[in-house]
Amino acid sequence: MLDDLRELYQEVILDHGRNPRNHRKPPEANRHAHGHNPMCGDSVVVHATVDDAGVIRDVAFEGKGCAISVASASLMTEVLKGKTQAEAKALFGQFHDMCTKEGAQAGDPDNEELERLQVLAGVREFPMRVKCATLAWHTLSAAMAGTDDATTE
Amino acid sequence: MSKAAATRIAHNSAAAFDVARVRADFPILTQEVFGHPLVYLDTAASAQKPRQVIEAMSHAYETCYANVHRGVHRMSQLTTDAFESGRESVARFLNAGSADEIVFTRNATEAFNLLANCFASANLGHGDEVVISTLEHHANIVPWQMVRDRLGIVLRIVPIDDDGNFLLDEYEALLGPRTKLVAVTHVSNALGTVVPLKQVIERAHARNIPVLVDGCQAVPHIKVDVQALDADFYVFTGHKLYGPTGIGVFYGKSELLNDLPPYQGGGEMIASVTFEKTTFKDPPHRFEAGTPPIVEVIGLSAAIDYVQALGQDAIAAHENGLRSYAETRLAQVPGLNIIGTAREKASIVSFTMDSAHPHDIGTIVDRSGVALRTGHHCAQPLMQRLGVTATARASFGIYNTRDEVDVLAQALESVHEIFG
Repeated sequence: MLDDLRELYQEVILDHGRNPRNHRKPPEANRHAHGHNPMCGDSVVVHATVDDAGVIRDVAFEGKGCAISVASASLMTEVLKGKTQAEAKALFGQFHDMCTKEGAQAGDPDNEELERLQVLAGVREFPMRVKCATLAWHTLSAAMAGTDDATTE
Repeated sequence: MSKAAATRIAHNSAAAFDVARVRADFPILTQEVFGHPLVYLDTAASAQKPRQVIEAMSHAYETCYANVHRGVHRMSQLTTDAFESGRESVARFLNAGSADEIVFTRNATEAFNLLANCFASANLGHGDEVVISTLEHHANIVPWQMVRDRLGIVLRIVPIDDDGNFLLDEYEALLGPRTKLVAVTHVSNALGTVVPLKQVIERAHARNIPVLVDGCQAVPHIKVDVQALDADFYVFTGHKLYGPTGIGVFYGKSELLNDLPPYQGGGEMIASVTFEKTTFKDPPHRFEAGTPPIVEVIGLSAAIDYVQALGQDAIAAHENGLRSYAETRLAQVPGLNIIGTAREKASIVSFTMDSAHPHDIGTIVDRSGVALRTGHHCAQPLMQRLGVTATARASFGIYNTRDEVDVLAQALESVHEIFG
């Protein structure tokens, strides 16, 4: 029983779940959105600083939640710094596929960010938890689009 | 005999209740989940169904089915008889004064919406007050907020203490000259708190205020007598009482139902219709527009027969035994906090763990075959009051055993093992 669960709850996830990175509100952030998961009541606020060229200079989040949602938000903030908004959007698409599509390929050695997010691929075996893994990303999309709210519904 | 087998027999004989026989009536309990026997601890969300209910419904579809209250043909008459005898069976179950006081709805939520709308049209205006409690399910909050936004009524909220007890004196202090209705739960779905309903109703009636009761979590566990309680309106749902989905019950005292306008318009609820004017039937039919949930009523009636044959006192004793065993057993799990320790509780144990979020708990125990509810239990204001966003909840029904509590406790220990 524990093998499946260890695949989901890898050490990296437990670590980011316990000690999330970029769990703060940067004063200079110019994009914000609030996301919530109606199923569990968890909510997250994503703050991003985007420069005139459309590059994400900083991204951070606030909020509490399950290990999966917190770890995913934490990893997201790490991989997005320095990306353009277009690159962030593309990465979300690839990440979403990784979390949901059976055949989605595990790794792309040329895509360092997707490789880092690979630790979350275990949610594919736990369909009820995909929303936890994607909440922060949906919220980031809302922040980029200038809408204030996102839900996983 | 193995020690485990001896323990099992000792456990089972400890209860004056033949749980093995009950389990044999529930076909789903032979299912396995991830290679483990299903341990279903989510009865408060929806109960499993005994063969007697499933068969009563298939039997109706196979041998006795037509629309009700229509047509002179034999099948319609037989089906109408079965349907109306279901109403009588529900009336006896609640000890209502008459079957005419039983209205069938699609579910409990529809019953709340029915009352909120009809009661508001007849009795509520700007500045009038409705008292609800912190323990309520969203189904007894949101319809009143919609009335508030439409008519400008005021909602007053009865507080609870940190253990989840309903605070009677604070409740009484909220009752004032503008209070038009008290709408409270009988048993909290999230914590299991049993509300001291008799006193709640007495104190409201002392001021001529009627009381609506959410009985969804009460009827599966407690014998309810609406006349002894003197409840004015009482709502429950079929699927939590081992009956089918798609059937709710709305009880109202005759004199109060007679004063309420219709809810939805349509067939079945009219006495006569012309393009100029429609006259409505008397209750309960006035509130039952359209083809009702016919076979669901037959299934609910079979569920009531099943529960009554087991004996509601024996059920309560069995479930209380499970709950207190679970509270003791779970307290031994490191880092586990039981949420809701009211003086009187039904068979619900809500908890959090220091190391893991309820969703992570739910995912982990699921791999041991244990079905728990995790989340806010459609009671977000209550979660806010308790300072949590979510809990994990084990709820026990007639088919659960102490062995299953042990499986839960072991699974929770593995949560601790993973999250440490």
